[in-house]
Amino acid sequence: MTSSSSIVMDGLTKRFGQLTALDHLDLKLEGSKCVGFLGPNGAGKTTALKLLSDMIFPTEGECFINGISVQEERKKALAEVGLLIETPEIYPSLTPREALGMIADLRGVPHSEWNARIETVLSEVKMMEWADKKVGSFSKGMKQRINIAASLVHDPEIVILDEPATGLDPRGMAEVRDIVRSLKKRNRLIFMSSHILQEVTDVCDEIALIDKGKLLLYDTLANTIARFSDAGAQSTVDAGLSRPLDSQGEGKLKTSGDIVSFESVEPTRLRITFKGGMKGQEKLLQSLVAMDIGIVSLSGRANALEDIYLQQIGRGD
Amino acid sequence: MAAEAEVTGEHIKAAESVFNVPGTFMQIPKLMRYQFSVYLQSRRFYAMISIIVVIGALLSVVVAHFRPSFINNNLAFYGSLFAGAIPVVIVLAAVFFGGDAIAGEFQNRTGYFLMSVPIRRATIYVAKYIAAFLASLAIMALYVVILLINGVYYFGSNAFPWQLGLSFVLSIAYLAAVLGTTFLFSSLFKTSAYGFVMTVVLFLFGFSLLEDLMSLVVKMEPWMVISYASGVMGDVFSSNIHWGFTGLTTTLTTRGPGGAIFRSTSYTPGVGEGVLIMLAYFIITAIVGLFRFERQEFS
Ligand SMILES: Nc1ncnc2c1ncn2[C@@H]1O[C@H](COP(=O)(O)OP(=O)(O)O)[C@@H](O)[C@H]1O
Ligand SMILES: [Mg+2]
Repeated sequence: MTSSSSIVMDGLTKRFGQLTALDHLDLKLEGSKCVGFLGPNGAGKTTALKLLSDMIFPTEGECFINGISVQEERKKALAEVGLLIETPEIYPSLTPREALGMIADLRGVPHSEWNARIETVLSEVKMMEWADKKVGSFSKGMKQRINIAASLVHDPEIVILDEPATGLDPRGMAEVRDIVRSLKKRNRLIFMSSHILQEVTDVCDEIALIDKGKLLLYDTLANTIARFSDAGAQSTVDAGLSRPLDSQGEGKLKTSGDIVSFESVEPTRLRITFKGGMKGQEKLLQSLVAMDIGIVSLSGRANALEDIYLQQIGRGD
Repeated sequence: MAAEAEVTGEHIKAAESVFNVPGTFMQIPKLMRYQFSVYLQSRRFYAMISIIVVIGALLSVVVAHFRPSFINNNLAFYGSLFAGAIPVVIVLAAVFFGGDAIAGEFQNRTGYFLMSVPIRRATIYVAKYIAAFLASLAIMALYVVILLINGVYYFGSNAFPWQLGLSFVLSIAYLAAVLGTTFLFSSLFKTSAYGFVMTVVLFLFGFSLLEDLMSLVVKMEPWMVISYASGVMGDVFSSNIHWGFTGLTTTLTTRGPGGAIFRSTSYTPGVGEGVLIMLAYFIITAIVGLFRFERQEFS
């Protein structure tokens, strides 16, 4: 058995005239996991993924997939990869079955397995009933589903998806997340770009945050949250209650050392500000439970990350 | 889900892909087949067929009605109606099938779909070229069939001159050159329209203008102009074919009004020379076009 799957970007730089779209990106992804490539529009995500698939050429640097240089041996480097970059178009006169057949054929999937593979991926993207209709009449979202299917038709070991939920409705977005989860279960290495935080935090194990062509951080989801929720900073969570807060409960909250402040957003929902990051949140939950005020939920993790995201990319909103 | 991950163990590697990517020489015919079927299903292909059928029908009716003198001589008949028309058919087919073959992959974003597979850029270029070549050949064949039906009507079914066969072979070389040039143009731009316009302008006026300028003004053999070389398709129907690899220079001296002497020089390509020029166009445009496409970014 060969070593595990890997994607390596080494000093990857791309300039378009004066604009540096990607600035010395160093990133090494290895193993089987889902890495979210997160950044606002124009951050350089697509640029990086296009370099990774040899659609454009680096101004500086190089990238490797499973140790093979993409720039020197595109064909060999991409052999084990499923790719979806931006929103490709399929020849309108082809049906999904024909288009996926073309991809399977070029990728060396034996003819006897085409049907099974094509039907598997078309079912995964919920497009089976459209298998024999011409792509030309499809909506954007339907085309994107076929594009996702095309990237998976050869059951790749590494999957690179550039904003896969583009053009999809909320249900479609949720289905994309399901597909990614099922890929994770099958031990694939997934590198997925997105400008939507929720999309990334839902399914990814790690985050690579990029803005203005520069990598801001690359770490596990948990570490990222912990790292930025340092002891001094204050965090806010929402606590759900089973019954409205009475004055006795209010008193307990006021005297608790773990709480900086709190307010009732709704009769059964409290917004609590506390200190101490993840550790602090752990303590807070313990004391809230001990207070016996009817606590049923605590939410705020995504918010914490949202704060980090916005703070890192330097935007107020 | 978590339980399942534990059972399967943490470091189970993704299944080694069981599919081996075919070699480039296997991928070319595979991709070519799809490209060809895309051509066959395209509106352009049917437009092209309609044009040929209309031209063929008009030609049949006009010849049958006006009975020009060439219907008494099969060589003259095929010379006029094959060599006279096939260059236009070829240029039209090349424009239809090659004018945006490469640029369209960028403009319509279909290239992004193809580029997601482990394939060389050159494979895409070559496969598309062969597909366009075959589609053009099919159109040429349609024209030839219409012509032969007329020929059989006037001269019977065993009066096909060998010159027609030779001219057809030469026309295939011309197709290779025209399509090669068209592909090169279409690889120069990312907007389809430019490739179309360049091809149409050059092949319908540009090259013959250049040819005239060279032979009439510069007074040299315009051997580097493709339209000059394409003359061999018609020349082989003449009574004394100029074979060989050099051009024939003919100088005509005429006395104009007032006793002024006019000297006009004309050039005729040798058949071998014509073939060489057409092949050179094909090879050079293929190399430059491939090189260009290899450096083209999908951005
Ligand atoms: N072909 C191009 N020519 C000029 N600028 C480009 C080109 N492609 C991308 N850019 C610029 O590079 C930056 C990064 O773009 P991109 O990688 O598409 O961002 P993202 O995918 O993160 O939204 C943007 O400012 C974009 O305008
Ligand atoms: Mg993008």
